Amino acid sequence: MNNYNLDFLEKPFDETNSYTKSPTRDAFGKAIVDLGRENKNVIVLNANLEGSLKLTEFTKTFPNRSLQIGVAEQNMANIATGLALYGKVPFLSSYAAFSPTINLEQIRLATFSKANIKIISSHYGLNTGPDGVSAQMTEDISFLRSFPGITIITPADFNETYKAIFAIAKHNGPVYLRLTRSAFPIFTKSTAPFTIGKANILKFGNNLTIIATGSMVFTALAVANELEKEGVSTRVLNMHTIKPLDEKAIIDAAKETKRIITIEEHQVIGGLGSAVAEVIVQNFPIPVKCIGLNSWGESGLSEELYISRGLSVSRLLTSVKIFLNNN
Amino acid sequence: MKSNKELESIALQLRIDVLEMLLNAGSGHLSGAFSATDIFTYLYFQQLKHNPQDPLWNDRDYFLVSNGHICMVWYAALARSGYFSVEELKNIRKLGSILQGHPWNIKTPGIFNSSGPLGNGGGQAIGVAIGLKIDKRPNHVYCFLSDGEHGEGSTWEAIMSAPKFKLDNLTFIVDRNGIQIDGKVSDIMPLDIISTENDEFVDKYKAFGWNVVTINGHDFNSIRNVFEQENIKDIPTVIIADTVAGKGLPEIEGSPSYHDWRGDNELAIRSIELLKSKLNSISDKQPYNE
Repeated sequence: MNNYNLDFLEKPFDETNSYTKSPTRDAFGKAIVDLGRENKNVIVLNANLEGSLKLTEFTKTFPNRSLQIGVAEQNMANIATGLALYGKVPFLSSYAAFSPTINLEQIRLATFSKANIKIISSHYGLNTGPDGVSAQMTEDISFLRSFPGITIITPADFNETYKAIFAIAKHNGPVYLRLTRSAFPIFTKSTAPFTIGKANILKFGNNLTIIATGSMVFTALAVANELEKEGVSTRVLNMHTIKPLDEKAIIDAAKETKRIITIEEHQVIGGLGSAVAEVIVQNFPIPVKCIGLNSWGESGLSEELYISRGLSVSRLLTSVKIFLNNN
Repeated sequence: MKSNKELESIALQLRIDVLEMLLNAGSGHLSGAFSATDIFTYLYFQQLKHNPQDPLWNDRDYFLVSNGHICMVWYAALARSGYFSVEELKNIRKLGSILQGHPWNIKTPGIFNSSGPLGNGGGQAIGVAIGLKIDKRPNHVYCFLSDGEHGEGSTWEAIMSAPKFKLDNLTFIVDRNGIQIDGKVSDIMPLDIISTENDEFVDKYKAFGWNVVTINGHDFNSIRNVFEQENIKDIPTVIIADTVAGKGLPEIEGSPSYHDWRGDNELAIRSIELLKSKLNSISDKQPYNE
């Protein structure tokens, strides 16, 4: 179908699911080496998760610019802040369950100090799976979204992550970028532009807009593809930047499609859903349904957890149809 | 090189400045500012390579403060050094002022790092020292800390990490004044637990791999002697300065009650008179204005 935006997608949504899959943390590991060659001020810090964050190659290539801080996320954030105030571009990397969690105070200090730190955290959401609730970080956007001046990004796939790493290095200011543990389809176009704060329309439509971020963007496309078969012309917005939010894209969607659904692998409170709802109620009130988490996670396979929490394609379709019937 | 007498007169002036700031603002922190005054005097008027006309001078030493609540003495030292006008001190803690209640780097010329929440300056200083090492630059990093903030785990994370990175370009200065907001450090969460004979706080730093020296933080001979020593190769240094909270004001010396200012204006006015008379007896000339 030609209602897919081939400026941003390699091809229209493929029902046969022929996509290559990769965790977005793999893209970080690749991008940071290429970025390190280009920008010698790039320093990478990790807190005992060098292998998991795919930093082995960076450390091998730039041993003097890779800092193993040990299990000490507060110290990692403070050292990164010192490096940033000195003039370096530090990337502090860990799991989202530890950073920005254990070191939230240090990140707050860095943010109001306008320190140019890049917080890179993998393992957000439920896709940490069997590791259970303590490892499933579903509240991190909420923690940081109220910090004035911080940028928050969740790339949708490998290609977008690669570009985002370069974009945040060019951006002067604190950034929080979230990565996945598990493999997700690579579906965005490698040559498409990536602009911080600018949402991408992946699919055009007039009856409904689905706004998704990170791991749920591909799922949103699958849902929209099913809806289309039933005659619901559905727009899909890839909201890779949660802060600063692309308010124009949201207001345009509200005006043009009259109904909005948000989908995220995060608590609805304080996450993408809250952010979108804040824009809608103040600018162009229309019916909005925020789909995400409203409870803690637990151990299980990702697919099982998505089903149990209403984030599988089939359960999302059910929720969307109820919403459409009522609005 | 400044004489002890010159340094003493500067220190008296900084203490007067702090009391006048407290009177103007009606709030702030007294005891720690006064225990730190003599070391700040030595740093800003003798030790640090710095240029008030060019705060970002490439060859400067980097000075960070971890216990930001003592900032009144930092502001006084910066103003008397020439980073901004002494008149500006009157605006501290007021709306729109460049002098915030706790240090905020983006507001004040000469303030490198923000602080207030304790336990973070040490790690930030390590970041600067690592940056300098990567760039193979010879500048030195100093970080001022309190004894009370060694209650924060992040302080010990920093202490544990500096020797790993062989940061001989880093010096911590710990103001061991023995008090914190709720009382004496020895009661709140003691840094010396078991022994009454050994200095366990010193031993702790040594066990973490630091070069440790202790000084009398109010004796310029003692301060000068330690700052003139070269750092040991590959090893960070901590100077543990024994000080007295509220030093210089006999009415409050050693008391935790003046950690934060309780608005005792009569005490402040009395104290300003006392310090001014001492200053006049030392010299009628202010050496930093030469």
